[in-house]
Amino acid sequence: MIALHLLTGLCVLAGLVFFAAGTLGLLRLPDPLTRLHALAKADNIGLGLIALGVLPQLVASGAVLAAAKVVAIWLLLQLSSGAVAQLLAEVAFRDSETGADDPDGAAAEAGEP
Amino acid sequence: MSLAFDALLCLLALLAALRAVAAGEGFSRVAAFMAYGLILGLVWVRLAAVDVALTEVAVGSGVTGLVLLRAVARDDAPAPLAAGLAYRLLAGVVALLVFAGLAAVVLLLPEPAPSLAPEVARHLPATDLGNPITAVLIVFRALDTLLETVVLLLALIGVWALSPDRTWAGRPAVLLPAPWSGALEFLARLVVPVGVLVGLYMFWAGADVPGGAFQGGAVLAAMALMAIAAGLLPRPVLARRRLRALLLAGPFGFLLVGVLGWVFADAFLAYPPGVEKAVIILVEAAITLSIAVTLALLVLGPPVAEETE
Repeated sequence: MIALHLLTGLCVLAGLVFFAAGTLGLLRLPDPLTRLHALAKADNIGLGLIALGVLPQLVASGAVLAAAKVVAIWLLLQLSSGAVAQLLAEVAFRDSETGADDPDGAAAEAGEP
Repeated sequence: MSLAFDALLCLLALLAALRAVAAGEGFSRVAAFMAYGLILGLVWVRLAAVDVALTEVAVGSGVTGLVLLRAVARDDAPAPLAAGLAYRLLAGVVALLVFAGLAAVVLLLPEPAPSLAPEVARHLPATDLGNPITAVLIVFRALDTLLETVVLLLALIGVWALSPDRTWAGRPAVLLPAPWSGALEFLARLVVPVGVLVGLYMFWAGADVPGGAFQGGAVLAAMALMAIAAGLLPRPVLARRRLRALLLAGPFGFLLVGVLGWVFADAFLAYPPGVEKAVIILVEAAITLSIAVTLALLVLGPPVAEETE
């Protein structure tokens, strides 16, 4: 049981580190494409680690259905965050190609907390 | 520990609210408004009001946020009115008065606070429902819910009324302007079936656990919008009779059941004894369908002339 709690604590903590790093990257990195890169890592690995940490607790307490739901949520978020990052990157890339957007203004806007 | 979490949540909600009303250009304010809705959803969860949380996130933050986003993203959007200092002060004072009134009401509640919860719990078995929220919405206060569905319909008519006569029977404007790479279509193909299942589940499960017509309808509306945005579904022709029948199914189906209540039971909106549950499910299904179509059409907006695309 102790080992289980230890695993959960480690995984969730590691997940939080990824979220913190992703948030820091979102706030500090210079342009949309690198910010998206940082954000996608937090979504994929950060949430994955947290889900991994929660899973053994749920299974151990007999809530197997809830565990399956957690896995489903993680998979859906993987899918949507990957696709949305791709779509945002397309717009950002197109704007940077055509110069349609003011990159400094956009960077200042998204950089605000 | 939970007090610290709640305090942090309240602080976040206040910050997001300030960000939404205080300053900045339209897009970032709408983004703050949507974040505010999500945080408010968490607040409702902390208050053990999961039904309200689901509705706030789905309708308050999601659908309303999308409508606002589309409004600020319009190329021909009029410049926002510059509000003078006096106007802002007045708005601030009125907001403070409302806040003070609400705070006074909450703080002056007698102990224990008056509640109809025991009454609802006592009569819950008669409805065959497990979720007391759904019982209040669809049985005990059915008139309120009926009028809510009518209000939603009126809102859509209000949006449609913004179109000139010549485009009246047309389609709404496109959701996303440029042709996209496959990412959106890929996402829609995979997510829409899952989302439709989730929406139907929320409607069905609403009888016994948090969920119901509004939440399930909002999810179904989001899935329809995603399919339309990805080009998997055509934009609807608003003059189609079948579409309008879907809009009317909820409010008028509910009204019909209400009137039949005089015949088969003893009052308006009373359900015939013995088959309450079946009739309630029929009414809920009709409302869910109408809410889904109405919310999706509210986001899509008024019909536009085809040549402007």
